[in-house]
Amino acid sequence: MSDLLRSYLTIAIFSGAAIFMAGMMLGIARVLRPRHPNREKLIAYESGVDPVGGEWVQSQVRYYIFAVLFVLFDVEAVFLFPWAVRLETYGGFGLVEMIVFIGILALGLAYAWRKGVLRWS
Amino acid sequence: MDVTTGWYLVLGALLFIIGGVGLLIRRNPLVMLMCVELMLNGVNLTFVAFSRRLGDIAGQTVVFFVLVVAAAEVVVGLGLIVSIMRRRPDVTADDLKLLKG
Amino acid sequence: MIPVLGQVFTAPSIDWWALAPQLILLGAALLILVVSALLAERCPAWFSGVVALVAGAGVFVSGFYLWYDIRDSGPRSIVSGALSLDGFAVLFTLLVAVAVVMTVLVADAYLEREHMDSPEFHALLLLAATGAIVMASASDLIVLFLGLESLSIGLYVMAAMQFRREEAQEAAMKYFILGAFSSAFFLYGIAMVYGSTGSTGLAHARDYLNRLDTAIVDQPWMLMLGFALLLVGLAFKVAAVPFHFWAPDVYQGSPAPVSGFMASAAKAAGFAAMLRIFFVAFGQSRTDWSPVLGVLAVVTLVVGVVMAIIQTDLKRMIAFSSIAHAGYILVGVQAGTSEGTAAALFYLFSYSLMVLGTFAVISLVQWQDGQPLDRFEGLADRRPLIGFALTVFLLGQAGVPLTSGFIAKFLVIKAAVDERTWWLAIAAMVISAAGAYIYLRVIFAIWRRPGAVDEEGGEPVAAPVVPPASGFAILGAMAFTLVVGFVPQFLIEFARDAVPVLLG
Repeated sequence: MSDLLRSYLTIAIFSGAAIFMAGMMLGIARVLRPRHPNREKLIAYESGVDPVGGEWVQSQVRYYIFAVLFVLFDVEAVFLFPWAVRLETYGGFGLVEMIVFIGILALGLAYAWRKGVLRWS
Repeated sequence: MDVTTGWYLVLGALLFIIGGVGLLIRRNPLVMLMCVELMLNGVNLTFVAFSRRLGDIAGQTVVFFVLVVAAAEVVVGLGLIVSIMRRRPDVTADDLKLLKG
Repeated sequence: MIPVLGQVFTAPSIDWWALAPQLILLGAALLILVVSALLAERCPAWFSGVVALVAGAGVFVSGFYLWYDIRDSGPRSIVSGALSLDGFAVLFTLLVAVAVVMTVLVADAYLEREHMDSPEFHALLLLAATGAIVMASASDLIVLFLGLESLSIGLYVMAAMQFRREEAQEAAMKYFILGAFSSAFFLYGIAMVYGSTGSTGLAHARDYLNRLDTAIVDQPWMLMLGFALLLVGLAFKVAAVPFHFWAPDVYQGSPAPVSGFMASAAKAAGFAAMLRIFFVAFGQSRTDWSPVLGVLAVVTLVVGVVMAIIQTDLKRMIAFSSIAHAGYILVGVQAGTSEGTAAALFYLFSYSLMVLGTFAVISLVQWQDGQPLDRFEGLADRRPLIGFALTVFLLGQAGVPLTSGFIAKFLVIKAAVDERTWWLAIAAMVISAAGAYIYLRVIFAIWRRPGAVDEEGGEPVAAPVVPPASGFAILGAMAFTLVVGFVPQFLIEFARDAVPVLLG
């Protein structure tokens, strides 16, 4: 067996174990539990809400605005993280740079706030 | 057999090509946007693979910049799509023919 | 731009003065956004326009300051090798500053007429201009890419800003999809160059090629693929055939001032990147890319001119003519010599002013089912000065002597002749003669006497109102075109001094 396949062997063993464990638990439960199916129980579970209509549901546009804001500010964290890990090596210069960076982001947030994007109306 | 850098490069190239072909043949603006993302991520993978092979960290920092640029692009693209959809629901790229070409 | 690219242990020493143009633009853009958002209704309507205008003028002044600074202390690399400060960068800084000022002047009345948000427009304009300057001065491919994206993303939104008109949205969508597509190609090209040379720095790439001559060859095919992909990405941005599909639609659908900015600053930035990459960094392998650019130039010329002849919409016609002009500039670029580069720079500068002026005139005429040529009939009759200015711009683009366009065409063709690419020089000359027809058609239309009433007996086409700001911008561009046509020497010297050098 080559090195490559051997390194995948661990994964295979783990997957096998996982499938076996889950299967075993569900199987035992299936044998032991009482079975009284009715319509309410058979419908898909959707957070307690009645699943009505197709799977393509239009969500409101205001969700989209927040999603967009989230994407923008979330991605900036990609710069924050490496900086935070090595904070002391970058010293004062890095600190000032990051303050400038966050400051500009904050201006963007202020802009969004003043434009009423954050209001849930 | 071993997973060498070459395989990652091939995977990156494949992702890039899938994205590119998808962009050319799909007609839903949203899917086209996803194809652009696929292309950019193919490039990201290529950068990381090269960075690993060259033992040079610069390639990985490049990925950060690309990620941020991609996010900005997505936001602008989604904004455009939403503003078009508001006026004309169910739009596909073929319907965008007020301008010839 | 936030210069975090530098080495982490020693903070890069940053020459803040050398960054003045970018900082002014960025600062002004942020100022406009924040003040206009915080004050909301209490913010006077003129605020953003004035700030943008002052910023543009400030960039122009700082550009001159840097020009003399470079003359005294020589070109240098700033922000630890991410940007280079040389005549080339400064020339494009000045060009972008001019484009910003012109666009702000022209857009002033336009924004009000079309009910567009002016603070956002001005902020985006300044941010896009920042991107253009970064592109022109980048000496690292990734910095170049970031500049390219700042420019493009700003332009995508600006193209869509007239959101009450479906054409504008459609133009923006097309621009966005194709722009993103080409950016991805460009980026993949960077990845290939990085993979084969081990760095994204242009100086590094050049050193690598020098070593390549002494046959330490490591996968040159990857580098060649990188070249090709970079070229494709940039050819999209400058709208060279066969990567031009977006240009006519986008120029036609976007607001006229935005189209003007695209045809001047954005195109110039694309060519700046092309010159920086091919002439400076990959100058060693000139024999590899020069024929490709030559073929691209001829195809671009032919398609641009032929398609422009059959158009009926003026904006669309100018868009195709702008494609043809990209072809002429490519003729200068492909020469790969200092003379060719200087010619391309001269061409870019003079063409930018002409096309800005042309779109300024177009923006005076109100949008109505596009802007077909017959809406411009009799323009010269009712507004003689504007008609004369448009005539000058069109003659200049046709390459008639005594305008800057003639000198520009002469210089690029001479560069091709000097390099003994006869076929290219002859093709460019023949096409330029044929292309004159496009502009003559428009000139005849605007000087034609009647035309006060539409053919179908519709409402008379009203004489366009000329706001003072637009009029000033148009006259300025016209004066420049004529002055350079009569005494071109100063601009030629300027372009020669601005031939890029590579800094390590």
